[in-house]
Amino acid sequence: MNEIFRILEQDARKTPEQIATMTGIPLAQVEETIKKAESDRTILKYKTMVNWDKLGEEQVWALAEVKVTPQRDVGFDAIAERIYRFPEARTVYLISGTYDLAVFVVGKTMHEVAGFVSEKLAPLEGVQGTVTHFLLKRYKEDGEIMDGEEGPKRVPIMP
Amino acid sequence: MKKRDLISKRVKDIPPSGIRRFFDIIASMDGVISLGVGEPDFVTPWHIREAGIYSLEKGYTSYTSNYGLLELREEIARYLKVRHNLDYDPERELLVTVGVSEGVDLALRAIVNPGDEVIIPDPSYVSYTSCTVLAGGVSVPVPTTIENDFKVKAQDIDKRINPRTKAILLGYPNNPTGAVMDREELLKVAEVAQRHSLIVISDEVYERLVYGVEHTCFASLPGMKERTILLGGFSKAYAMTGWRLGYAAATEEIIEAMMKIHQYTMMCAPTMAQMAAIKALKDGEAQVQEMVAEYNQRRRVMVKGLNDIGLTCFEPRGAFYTFPSIKSTGLSSDEFAERLLLEERVAVIPGSTFGQCGEGYVRCCYATSMAEIEEALERMGNFVKRHRAI
Repeated sequence: MNEIFRILEQDARKTPEQIATMTGIPLAQVEETIKKAESDRTILKYKTMVNWDKLGEEQVWALAEVKVTPQRDVGFDAIAERIYRFPEARTVYLISGTYDLAVFVVGKTMHEVAGFVSEKLAPLEGVQGTVTHFLLKRYKEDGEIMDGEEGPKRVPIMP
Repeated sequence: MKKRDLISKRVKDIPPSGIRRFFDIIASMDGVISLGVGEPDFVTPWHIREAGIYSLEKGYTSYTSNYGLLELREEIARYLKVRHNLDYDPERELLVTVGVSEGVDLALRAIVNPGDEVIIPDPSYVSYTSCTVLAGGVSVPVPTTIENDFKVKAQDIDKRINPRTKAILLGYPNNPTGAVMDREELLKVAEVAQRHSLIVISDEVYERLVYGVEHTCFASLPGMKERTILLGGFSKAYAMTGWRLGYAAATEEIIEAMMKIHQYTMMCAPTMAQMAAIKALKDGEAQVQEMVAEYNQRRRVMVKGLNDIGLTCFEPRGAFYTFPSIKSTGLSSDEFAERLLLEERVAVIPGSTFGQCGEGYVRCCYATSMAEIEEALERMGNFVKRHRAI
Protein backbone atom coordinates (compact mmCIF):
# COMPACT_ATOMS: atom_id res chain seq x y z
CA MET A 1 0.00 0.00 0.00
CA ASN A 2 2.93 2.32 0.69
CA GLU A 3 3.62 2.21 -3.05
CA ILE A 4 0.61 4.51 -3.56
CA PHE A 5 2.24 7.17 -1.38
CA ARG A 6 5.66 6.71 -2.99
CA ILE A 7 4.10 7.41 -6.38
CA LEU A 8 2.21 10.47 -5.10
CA GLU A 9 5.30 11.76 -3.32
CA GLN A 10 7.11 11.74 -6.67
CA ASP A 11 4.22 13.11 -8.71
CA ALA A 12 1.16 14.41 -6.90
CA ARG A 13 -0.68 14.80 -10.21
CA LYS A 14 -0.94 11.04 -10.80
CA THR A 15 -4.61 10.13 -10.85
CA PRO A 16 -6.07 7.22 -8.87
CA GLU A 17 -6.67 5.48 -12.22
CA GLN A 18 -3.00 5.78 -13.17
CA ILE A 19 -1.89 4.65 -9.73
CA ALA A 20 -4.19 1.63 -9.91
CA THR A 21 -2.61 0.60 -13.22
CA MET A 22 0.93 1.20 -12.00
CA THR A 23 0.49 -0.81 -8.81
CA GLY A 24 -2.07 -3.42 -9.78
CA ILE A 25 -4.16 -2.35 -6.75
CA PRO A 26 -7.93 -2.10 -7.53
CA LEU A 27 -9.07 1.47 -8.27
CA ALA A 28 -11.66 1.56 -5.46
CA GLN A 29 -8.99 0.60 -2.96
CA VAL A 30 -6.58 3.27 -4.24
CA GLU A 31 -9.28 5.94 -3.97
CA GLU A 32 -10.27 4.81 -0.50
CA THR A 33 -6.65 4.77 0.71
CA ILE A 34 -5.99 8.29 -0.58
CA LYS A 35 -9.22 9.65 0.85
CA LYS A 36 -8.45 8.20 4.27
CA ALA A 37 -4.86 9.49 4.15
CA GLU A 38 -6.08 12.98 3.30
CA SER A 39 -8.49 13.01 6.20
CA ASP A 40 -6.11 11.64 8.83
CA ARG A 41 -3.22 13.90 7.71
CA THR A 42 -1.06 11.03 6.42
CA ILE A 43 -1.13 13.16 3.28
CA LEU A 44 -0.53 16.68 4.61
CA LYS A 45 -0.90 18.55 1.34
CA TYR A 46 -0.06 18.43 -2.36
CA LYS A 47 2.58 20.90 -3.41
CA THR A 48 4.72 21.91 -6.35
CA MET A 49 8.48 22.40 -6.23
CA VAL A 50 9.26 25.69 -7.92
CA ASN A 51 12.69 26.92 -8.87
CA TRP A 52 12.11 30.57 -7.92
CA ASP A 53 15.51 31.59 -9.24
CA LYS A 54 14.15 30.97 -12.74
CA LEU A 55 11.30 33.38 -12.10
CA GLY A 56 13.68 36.04 -10.91
CA GLU A 57 11.88 36.33 -7.62
CA GLU A 58 14.27 36.91 -4.78
CA GLN A 59 13.77 34.78 -1.69
CA VAL A 60 16.12 34.84 1.26
CA TRP A 61 16.53 31.63 3.18
CA ALA A 62 18.49 31.09 6.35
CA LEU A 63 19.15 28.29 8.73
CA ALA A 64 18.94 29.54 12.31
CA GLU A 65 20.60 27.24 14.80
CA VAL A 66 18.78 27.74 18.10
CA LYS A 67 20.05 26.61 21.46
CA VAL A 68 17.26 26.39 24.01
CA THR A 69 16.65 25.38 27.61
CA PRO A 70 14.30 22.41 27.79
CA GLN A 71 11.44 22.84 30.22
CA ARG A 72 10.19 20.54 32.90
CA ASP A 73 7.53 18.02 31.67
CA VAL A 74 7.39 19.33 28.10
CA GLY A 75 11.09 19.17 27.12
CA PHE A 76 11.66 20.99 23.85
CA ASP A 77 8.07 20.86 22.64
CA ALA A 78 6.74 24.04 24.22
CA ILE A 79 9.54 26.25 22.96
CA ALA A 80 9.44 24.54 19.55
CA GLU A 81 5.74 25.35 19.33
CA ARG A 82 6.34 29.01 20.18
CA ILE A 83 8.78 29.12 17.33
CA TYR A 84 6.94 27.12 14.66
CA ARG A 85 3.83 29.24 15.03
CA PHE A 86 5.68 32.12 13.33
CA PRO A 87 4.97 31.92 9.59
CA GLU A 88 8.57 32.99 8.87
CA ALA A 89 9.79 29.74 10.43
CA ARG A 90 9.16 27.53 7.41
CA THR A 91 10.66 24.31 8.80
CA VAL A 92 11.52 23.44 12.39
CA TYR A 93 13.43 20.33 13.46
CA LEU A 94 14.69 19.15 16.83
CA ILE A 95 18.16 17.80 16.22
CA SER A 96 21.02 16.26 18.13
CA GLY A 97 24.45 17.87 18.45
CA THR A 98 25.73 21.26 19.42
CA TYR A 99 22.42 23.06 19.19
CA ASP A 100 18.81 21.98 19.59
CA LEU A 101 16.43 23.42 17.02
CA ALA A 102 17.15 23.92 13.35
CA VAL A 103 14.83 26.64 12.06
CA PHE A 104 14.66 27.39 8.34
CA VAL A 105 13.56 30.97 7.95
CA VAL A 106 12.33 32.59 4.76
CA GLY A 107 11.88 36.25 3.97
CA LYS A 108 11.93 38.75 1.11
CA THR A 109 15.16 40.42 2.15
CA MET A 110 18.15 39.70 4.33
CA HIS A 111 17.02 42.49 6.54
CA GLU A 112 13.65 40.88 7.05
CA VAL A 113 15.17 37.50 7.97
CA ALA A 114 17.70 39.10 10.31
CA GLY A 115 14.93 41.12 11.91
CA PHE A 116 12.87 38.00 12.55
CA VAL A 117 15.79 36.25 14.23
CA SER A 118 16.91 39.17 16.35
CA GLU A 119 13.51 40.58 17.27
CA LYS A 120 11.25 37.53 17.44
CA LEU A 121 13.33 34.40 17.78
CA ALA A 122 16.28 35.33 19.96
CA PRO A 123 14.35 37.18 22.70
CA LEU A 124 12.00 34.23 23.35
CA GLU A 125 12.10 32.90 26.85
CA GLY A 126 14.12 29.68 26.88
CA VAL A 127 16.24 30.61 23.86
CA GLN A 128 19.87 30.71 24.96
CA GLY A 129 21.35 31.80 21.68
CA THR A 130 21.10 31.69 17.88
CA VAL A 131 23.54 31.35 14.99
CA THR A 132 22.17 32.33 11.59
CA HIS A 133 23.51 30.96 8.27
CA PHE A 134 22.23 32.52 5.08
CA LEU A 135 21.66 30.19 2.14
CA LEU A 136 23.84 31.09 -0.84
CA LYS A 137 23.00 28.50 -3.45
CA ARG A 138 20.74 25.48 -3.84
CA TYR A 139 22.36 22.55 -5.56
CA LYS A 140 19.88 19.84 -4.74
CA GLU A 141 16.61 19.90 -2.89
CA ASP A 142 14.37 17.03 -1.85
CA GLY A 143 16.16 14.67 -4.23
CA GLU A 144 16.00 17.04 -7.21
CA ILE A 145 19.18 18.48 -8.70
CA MET A 146 18.36 22.13 -9.46
CA ASP A 147 20.21 22.21 -12.78
CA GLY A 148 18.59 18.93 -13.79
CA GLU A 149 20.24 15.58 -14.09
CA GLU A 150 21.89 14.36 -17.23
CA GLY A 151 19.98 11.37 -18.55
CA PRO A 152 21.46 8.31 -20.16
CA LYS A 153 22.93 8.74 -23.63
CA ARG A 154 21.43 5.79 -25.43
CA VAL A 155 21.29 4.74 -29.02
CA PRO A 156 17.60 4.70 -29.94
CA ILE A 157 17.54 1.27 -31.54
CA MET A 158 19.26 -1.74 -30.07
CA PRO A 159 18.26 -5.40 -30.12
CA MET B 1 41.51 -13.13 -63.33
CA LYS B 2 38.81 -14.19 -60.93
CA LYS B 3 38.18 -11.70 -58.18
CA ARG B 4 39.02 -13.15 -54.82
CA ASP B 5 36.38 -12.97 -52.07
CA LEU B 6 37.56 -10.66 -49.35
CA ILE B 7 35.06 -11.73 -46.77
CA SER B 8 34.82 -15.21 -45.33
CA LYS B 9 31.87 -17.34 -46.29
CA ARG B 10 30.99 -17.84 -42.66
CA VAL B 11 30.53 -14.12 -42.13
CA LYS B 12 28.83 -13.63 -45.47
CA ASP B 13 26.26 -16.24 -44.55
CA ILE B 14 25.14 -14.21 -41.58
CA PRO B 15 22.25 -12.01 -42.73
CA PRO B 16 22.63 -8.28 -42.12
CA SER B 17 20.71 -6.87 -39.17
CA GLY B 18 17.18 -5.90 -40.18
CA ILE B 19 17.09 -2.92 -37.85
CA ARG B 20 20.07 -1.02 -39.24
CA ARG B 21 17.87 0.98 -41.58
CA PHE B 22 15.82 2.28 -38.67
CA PHE B 23 18.91 4.06 -37.42
CA ASP B 24 19.04 6.11 -40.60
CA ILE B 25 15.35 6.96 -40.46
CA ILE B 26 15.55 8.04 -36.81
CA ALA B 27 18.66 10.10 -37.48
CA SER B 28 16.64 12.18 -39.95
CA MET B 29 13.68 12.78 -37.63
CA ASP B 30 12.89 14.93 -34.62
CA GLY B 31 10.67 14.10 -31.67
CA VAL B 32 10.99 10.34 -31.89
CA ILE B 33 10.03 8.38 -28.79
CA SER B 34 12.06 5.23 -28.77
CA LEU B 35 10.69 2.02 -27.30
CA GLY B 36 13.40 0.33 -29.31
CA VAL B 37 16.19 0.49 -26.80
CA GLY B 38 17.62 -2.57 -25.12
CA GLU B 39 19.06 -1.09 -21.97
CA PRO B 40 18.03 0.67 -18.76
CA ASP B 41 17.18 4.38 -18.87
CA PHE B 42 18.85 4.84 -15.51
CA VAL B 43 22.39 6.07 -15.35
CA THR B 44 24.64 3.73 -13.33
CA PRO B 45 24.05 4.49 -9.62
CA TRP B 46 26.47 7.15 -8.45
CA HIS B 47 28.31 5.07 -5.85
CA ILE B 48 29.21 2.54 -8.55
CA ARG B 49 30.36 5.28 -10.94
CA GLU B 50 32.31 6.85 -8.11
CA ALA B 51 34.09 3.53 -7.46
CA GLY B 52 35.13 3.44 -11.12
CA ILE B 53 36.43 7.02 -10.93
CA TYR B 54 38.29 6.24 -7.70
CA SER B 55 39.97 3.22 -9.31
CA LEU B 56 41.31 5.52 -12.04
CA GLU B 57 42.56 8.00 -9.46
CA LYS B 58 44.37 5.21 -7.65
CA GLY B 59 45.98 4.09 -10.89
CA TYR B 60 44.16 0.83 -11.58
CA THR B 61 44.80 1.09 -15.30
CA SER B 62 46.68 -2.16 -15.99
CA TYR B 63 45.54 -5.60 -17.13
CA THR B 64 44.02 -7.93 -14.57
CA SER B 65 44.28 -11.71 -14.48
CA ASN B 66 42.74 -13.24 -17.60
CA TYR B 67 40.03 -14.61 -15.34
CA GLY B 68 39.31 -11.17 -13.91
CA LEU B 69 40.14 -9.64 -10.52
CA LEU B 70 40.03 -12.34 -7.86
CA GLU B 71 38.17 -9.98 -5.52
CA LEU B 72 35.44 -9.59 -8.12
CA ARG B 73 35.25 -13.36 -8.70
CA GLU B 74 34.95 -13.87 -4.96
CA GLU B 75 32.08 -11.38 -4.84
CA ILE B 76 30.38 -13.14 -7.77
CA ALA B 77 30.82 -16.52 -6.02
CA ARG B 78 29.28 -15.05 -2.86
CA TYR B 79 26.40 -13.58 -4.87
CA LEU B 80 25.66 -16.94 -6.53
CA LYS B 81 25.81 -18.69 -3.15
CA VAL B 82 23.46 -16.24 -1.45
CA ARG B 83 21.00 -15.97 -4.34
CA HIS B 84 20.97 -19.47 -5.75
CA ASN B 85 22.78 -21.58 -3.16
CA LEU B 86 25.41 -22.42 -5.78
CA ASP B 87 29.01 -23.18 -4.89
CA TYR B 88 31.49 -22.00 -7.52
CA ASP B 89 35.21 -21.93 -6.87
CA PRO B 90 36.21 -18.33 -7.64
CA GLU B 91 39.69 -19.43 -8.67
CA ARG B 92 38.70 -22.10 -11.16
CA GLU B 93 35.03 -21.96 -12.03
CA LEU B 94 34.40 -18.29 -12.78
CA LEU B 95 35.49 -16.08 -15.65
CA VAL B 96 34.87 -12.35 -15.90
CA THR B 97 33.82 -11.47 -19.45
CA VAL B 98 33.28 -8.37 -21.55
CA GLY B 99 29.52 -8.44 -21.08
CA VAL B 100 27.31 -11.47 -21.47
CA SER B 101 27.69 -10.97 -25.22
CA GLU B 102 31.27 -12.19 -25.01
CA GLY B 103 30.17 -14.93 -22.63
CA VAL B 104 27.74 -16.30 -25.25
CA ASP B 105 30.45 -16.27 -27.89
CA LEU B 106 33.04 -17.92 -25.64
CA ALA B 107 30.62 -20.58 -24.43
CA LEU B 108 29.66 -21.56 -27.97
CA ARG B 109 33.19 -21.53 -29.34
CA ALA B 110 34.41 -23.56 -26.37
CA ILE B 111 31.97 -26.43 -26.90
CA VAL B 112 30.80 -26.48 -30.53
CA ASN B 113 32.49 -28.67 -33.15
CA PRO B 114 31.78 -28.03 -36.84
CA GLY B 115 28.27 -29.16 -37.61
CA ASP B 116 27.19 -29.49 -33.98
CA GLU B 117 23.64 -28.39 -33.38
CA VAL B 118 22.53 -25.88 -30.78
CA ILE B 119 18.87 -25.68 -29.85
CA ILE B 120 17.62 -22.12 -29.40
CA PRO B 121 14.09 -20.99 -28.48
CA ASP B 122 12.55 -18.76 -31.15
CA PRO B 123 12.27 -15.80 -30.67
CA SER B 124 15.46 -15.10 -28.74
CA TYR B 125 18.19 -12.53 -28.50
CA VAL B 126 19.80 -11.92 -31.90
CA SER B 127 23.34 -12.98 -31.08
CA TYR B 128 22.55 -16.59 -30.18
CA THR B 129 22.05 -17.81 -33.73
CA SER B 130 24.83 -15.72 -35.27
CA CYS B 131 27.39 -16.72 -32.63
CA THR B 132 26.43 -20.37 -33.13
CA VAL B 133 27.09 -20.04 -36.85
CA LEU B 134 30.35 -18.16 -36.25
CA ALA B 135 31.42 -21.00 -33.97
CA GLY B 136 30.84 -23.43 -36.87
CA GLY B 137 27.64 -24.81 -35.42
CA VAL B 138 24.09 -25.08 -36.68
CA SER B 139 21.30 -23.30 -34.86
CA VAL B 140 18.07 -25.22 -34.45
CA PRO B 141 15.17 -22.95 -33.52
CA VAL B 142 12.41 -24.23 -31.24
CA PRO B 143 9.19 -22.30 -31.76
CA THR B 144 7.56 -20.66 -28.76
CA THR B 145 4.10 -19.14 -28.89
CA ILE B 146 1.96 -16.54 -27.20
CA GLU B 147 -0.46 -19.33 -26.18
CA ASN B 148 2.27 -20.62 -23.87
CA ASP B 149 3.45 -17.11 -22.89
CA PHE B 150 6.54 -17.65 -25.09
CA LYS B 151 7.97 -20.23 -22.72
CA VAL B 152 9.83 -23.09 -24.37
CA LYS B 153 8.40 -26.58 -23.90
CA ALA B 154 10.77 -29.42 -23.01
CA GLN B 155 8.92 -31.76 -25.37
CA ASP B 156 9.52 -29.38 -28.28
CA ILE B 157 13.23 -29.38 -27.47
CA ASP B 158 13.21 -33.16 -27.15
CA LYS B 159 11.71 -33.54 -30.65
CA ARG B 160 14.64 -31.70 -32.22
CA ILE B 161 17.44 -33.64 -30.61
CA ASN B 162 19.62 -35.90 -32.73
CA PRO B 163 23.16 -37.29 -32.36
CA ARG B 164 24.61 -33.95 -33.54
CA THR B 165 22.87 -31.92 -30.85
CA LYS B 166 25.42 -30.48 -28.48
CA ALA B 167 23.69 -27.82 -26.45
CA ILE B 168 20.55 -25.92 -25.55
CA LEU B 169 20.89 -22.14 -25.34
CA LEU B 170 18.30 -20.58 -23.02
CA GLY B 171 17.79 -16.88 -22.44
CA TYR B 172 15.21 -16.37 -19.67
CA PRO B 173 13.96 -13.86 -18.62
CA ASN B 174 13.71 -13.51 -22.35
CA ASN B 175 14.66 -10.75 -24.71
CA PRO B 176 12.46 -9.93 -26.70
CA THR B 177 9.34 -11.44 -25.12
CA GLY B 178 9.79 -10.84 -21.40
CA ALA B 179 8.88 -14.49 -20.77
CA VAL B 180 10.09 -16.18 -17.59
CA MET B 181 10.37 -19.95 -17.20
CA ASP B 182 9.18 -21.36 -13.88
CA ARG B 183 10.98 -24.06 -11.95
CA GLU B 184 8.73 -26.94 -13.07
CA GLU B 185 9.21 -26.14 -16.74
CA LEU B 186 12.95 -25.82 -16.31
CA LEU B 187 13.08 -29.17 -14.48
CA LYS B 188 11.57 -30.78 -17.57
CA VAL B 189 14.23 -29.14 -19.77
CA ALA B 190 16.86 -30.34 -17.30
CA GLU B 191 15.57 -33.89 -17.62
CA VAL B 192 15.93 -33.70 -21.42
CA ALA B 193 19.45 -32.27 -21.12
CA GLN B 194 20.39 -35.04 -18.71
CA ARG B 195 18.92 -37.81 -20.84
CA HIS B 196 20.77 -36.66 -23.96
CA SER B 197 23.96 -35.50 -22.23
CA LEU B 198 23.60 -31.94 -23.47
CA ILE B 199 25.21 -28.76 -22.24
CA VAL B 200 22.87 -25.93 -21.32
CA ILE B 201 24.08 -22.41 -21.88
CA SER B 202 21.86 -20.24 -19.71
CA ASP B 203 21.95 -16.49 -20.33
CA GLU B 204 20.50 -15.03 -17.14
CA VAL B 205 21.50 -11.40 -17.59
CA TYR B 206 17.91 -10.31 -16.80
CA GLU B 207 17.63 -12.49 -13.68
CA ARG B 208 17.11 -9.57 -11.32
CA LEU B 209 14.37 -8.03 -13.42
CA VAL B 210 11.41 -10.26 -12.57
CA TYR B 211 8.01 -9.11 -11.37
CA GLY B 212 5.92 -11.10 -8.93
CA VAL B 213 7.65 -14.38 -9.80
CA GLU B 214 10.84 -16.09 -8.72
CA HIS B 215 13.75 -16.46 -11.06
CA THR B 216 15.10 -20.01 -11.09
CA CYS B 217 18.77 -20.28 -11.93
CA PHE B 218 19.19 -23.22 -14.28
CA ALA B 219 22.48 -24.30 -12.70
CA SER B 220 20.74 -24.61 -9.32
CA LEU B 221 18.49 -27.44 -10.51
CA PRO B 222 19.49 -30.93 -9.29
CA GLY B 223 22.40 -32.30 -11.31
CA MET B 224 22.54 -29.27 -13.62
CA LYS B 225 25.56 -27.38 -12.29
CA GLU B 226 27.88 -29.86 -14.01
CA ARG B 227 26.31 -29.33 -17.43
CA THR B 228 25.39 -25.65 -17.30
CA ILE B 229 27.34 -22.67 -18.51
CA LEU B 230 25.73 -19.92 -16.46
CA LEU B 231 26.10 -16.43 -17.92
CA GLY B 232 25.36 -13.38 -15.86
CA GLY B 233 26.14 -9.71 -16.01
CA PHE B 234 25.94 -6.26 -14.55
CA SER B 235 24.37 -4.38 -17.46
CA LYS B 236 20.69 -4.78 -16.74
CA ALA B 237 20.50 -5.07 -12.94
CA TYR B 238 22.90 -2.22 -12.18
CA ALA B 239 22.33 -0.13 -15.32
CA MET B 240 25.94 -0.72 -16.39
CA THR B 241 25.55 -1.54 -20.09
CA GLY B 242 28.38 0.68 -21.29
CA TRP B 243 30.85 -0.75 -18.80
CA ARG B 244 30.76 -4.06 -20.68
CA LEU B 245 30.97 -6.54 -17.87
CA GLY B 246 29.61 -10.02 -17.30
CA TYR B 247 30.71 -13.39 -16.04
CA ALA B 248 30.55 -17.08 -16.82
CA ALA B 249 30.25 -19.83 -14.22
CA ALA B 250 30.81 -23.46 -15.17
CA THR B 251 33.00 -26.48 -14.47
CA GLU B 252 36.73 -25.95 -14.33
CA GLU B 253 37.13 -27.78 -17.65
CA ILE B 254 34.70 -25.49 -19.49
CA ILE B 255 35.93 -22.28 -17.84
CA GLU B 256 39.48 -23.25 -18.77
CA ALA B 257 38.40 -23.71 -22.40
CA MET B 258 36.53 -20.41 -22.47
CA MET B 259 39.47 -18.65 -20.85
CA LYS B 260 41.75 -19.94 -23.64
CA ILE B 261 39.74 -17.99 -26.21
CA HIS B 262 39.22 -15.01 -23.93
CA GLN B 263 42.96 -14.61 -23.24
CA TYR B 264 43.76 -14.39 -26.95
CA THR B 265 40.87 -12.20 -27.96
CA MET B 266 40.20 -9.94 -24.95
CA MET B 267 43.06 -10.51 -22.54
CA CYS B 268 40.79 -9.38 -19.72
CA ALA B 269 37.69 -7.33 -19.05
CA PRO B 270 38.23 -3.58 -18.46
CA THR B 271 39.84 -3.05 -15.06
CA MET B 272 37.89 0.10 -14.20
CA ALA B 273 34.63 -1.74 -14.89
CA GLN B 274 35.72 -4.63 -12.71
CA MET B 275 36.49 -2.28 -9.84
CA ALA B 276 33.07 -0.67 -10.21
CA ALA B 277 31.37 -4.07 -10.36
CA ILE B 278 32.86 -5.06 -6.99
CA LYS B 279 31.14 -2.01 -5.55
CA ALA B 280 27.91 -2.91 -7.31
CA LEU B 281 27.85 -6.40 -5.80
CA LYS B 282 28.80 -5.17 -2.35
CA ASP B 283 26.44 -2.18 -2.06
CA GLY B 284 24.11 -2.11 -5.04
CA GLU B 285 21.13 -4.06 -3.74
CA ALA B 286 18.98 -1.11 -2.66
CA GLN B 287 19.29 0.55 -6.06
CA VAL B 288 18.47 -2.68 -7.88
CA GLN B 289 15.26 -2.97 -5.90
CA GLU B 290 14.33 0.65 -6.54
CA MET B 291 14.84 0.22 -10.27
CA VAL B 292 12.86 -3.04 -10.34
CA ALA B 293 9.96 -1.36 -8.51
CA GLU B 294 9.99 1.45 -11.07
CA TYR B 295 10.12 -0.94 -14.05
CA ASN B 296 7.24 -2.88 -12.59
CA GLN B 297 5.02 0.22 -12.55
CA ARG B 298 5.89 1.03 -16.13
CA ARG B 299 5.36 -2.59 -17.15
CA ARG B 300 1.80 -2.52 -15.84
CA VAL B 301 1.06 0.76 -17.62
CA MET B 302 2.54 -0.54 -20.88
CA VAL B 303 0.73 -3.90 -20.83
CA LYS B 304 -2.62 -2.31 -20.01
CA GLY B 305 -2.08 0.46 -22.56
CA LEU B 306 -1.19 -1.95 -25.36
CA ASN B 307 -4.17 -4.20 -24.65
CA ASP B 308 -6.47 -1.14 -24.46
CA ILE B 309 -5.46 0.04 -27.94
CA GLY B 310 -6.01 -3.43 -29.38
CA LEU B 311 -2.47 -4.79 -29.50
CA THR B 312 -2.90 -8.03 -27.57
CA CYS B 313 -0.13 -8.43 -25.10
CA PHE B 314 0.50 -11.31 -22.70
CA GLU B 315 1.79 -10.31 -19.30
CA PRO B 316 5.59 -10.46 -19.39
CA ARG B 317 7.09 -11.30 -16.03
CA GLY B 318 10.70 -10.43 -16.70
CA ALA B 319 13.27 -8.17 -18.40
CA PHE B 320 11.88 -4.80 -19.55
CA TYR B 321 10.10 -5.75 -22.72
CA THR B 322 6.52 -6.21 -23.83
CA PHE B 323 5.82 -8.21 -26.96
CA PRO B 324 2.40 -7.26 -28.30
CA SER B 325 0.75 -8.94 -31.24
CA ILE B 326 0.21 -6.58 -34.16
CA LYS B 327 -1.79 -9.08 -36.19
CA SER B 328 -4.97 -6.99 -35.84
CA THR B 329 -3.40 -4.40 -38.16
CA GLY B 330 -2.75 -6.87 -40.96
CA LEU B 331 0.79 -5.51 -41.27
CA SER B 332 3.98 -7.51 -41.04
CA SER B 333 6.10 -6.67 -38.02
CA ASP B 334 8.63 -4.98 -40.26
CA GLU B 335 5.98 -2.83 -41.98
CA PHE B 336 4.39 -2.01 -38.65
CA ALA B 337 7.68 -0.80 -37.16
CA GLU B 338 8.59 1.26 -40.20
CA ARG B 339 5.19 2.91 -40.63
CA LEU B 340 4.80 3.56 -36.92
CA LEU B 341 8.13 5.33 -36.97
CA LEU B 342 7.37 7.38 -40.08
CA GLU B 343 3.76 8.23 -39.22
CA GLU B 344 3.82 8.58 -35.44
CA ARG B 345 7.51 8.88 -34.62
CA VAL B 346 7.55 5.92 -32.25
CA ALA B 347 10.36 3.40 -32.62
CA VAL B 348 9.81 -0.27 -31.80
CA ILE B 349 11.69 -3.37 -32.94
CA PRO B 350 10.05 -5.82 -35.35
CA GLY B 351 9.59 -9.20 -33.66
CA SER B 352 10.95 -10.92 -36.76
CA THR B 353 14.39 -9.55 -35.86
CA PHE B 354 14.49 -12.19 -33.13
CA GLY B 355 13.38 -15.19 -35.19
CA GLN B 356 10.57 -16.37 -37.40
CA CYS B 357 8.23 -16.87 -34.47
CA GLY B 358 8.56 -13.17 -33.68
CA GLU B 359 6.71 -12.31 -36.89
CA GLY B 360 3.39 -10.70 -36.07
CA TYR B 361 4.80 -9.06 -32.95
CA VAL B 362 6.91 -6.05 -32.04
CA ARG B 363 9.17 -5.52 -29.08
CA CYS B 364 8.39 -2.46 -26.96
CA CYS B 365 10.85 -1.63 -24.22
CA TYR B 366 9.47 0.06 -21.11
CA ALA B 367 12.85 1.17 -19.79
CA THR B 368 11.88 4.73 -20.57
CA SER B 369 10.14 7.47 -18.59
CA MET B 370 6.48 7.13 -17.70
CA ALA B 371 5.70 10.34 -19.59
CA GLU B 372 7.25 8.91 -22.76
CA ILE B 373 5.47 5.60 -22.33
CA GLU B 374 2.12 7.39 -22.01
CA GLU B 375 2.82 9.58 -25.03
CA ALA B 376 4.01 6.59 -27.09
CA LEU B 377 0.87 4.63 -26.21
CA GLU B 378 -1.30 7.51 -27.36
CA ARG B 379 0.53 7.76 -30.67
CA MET B 380 0.39 3.99 -31.14
CA GLY B 381 -3.34 4.09 -30.40
CA ASN B 382 -3.85 6.60 -33.23
CA PHE B 383 -1.76 4.45 -35.54
CA VAL B 384 -3.69 1.28 -34.76
CA LYS B 385 -7.02 3.04 -35.31
CA ARG B 386 -5.92 4.01 -38.80
CA HIS B 387 -4.50 0.63 -39.68
CA ARG B 388 -6.96 -1.80 -38.17
CA ALA B 389 -7.50 -4.53 -40.73
CA ILE B 390 -11.01 -4.59 -42.15
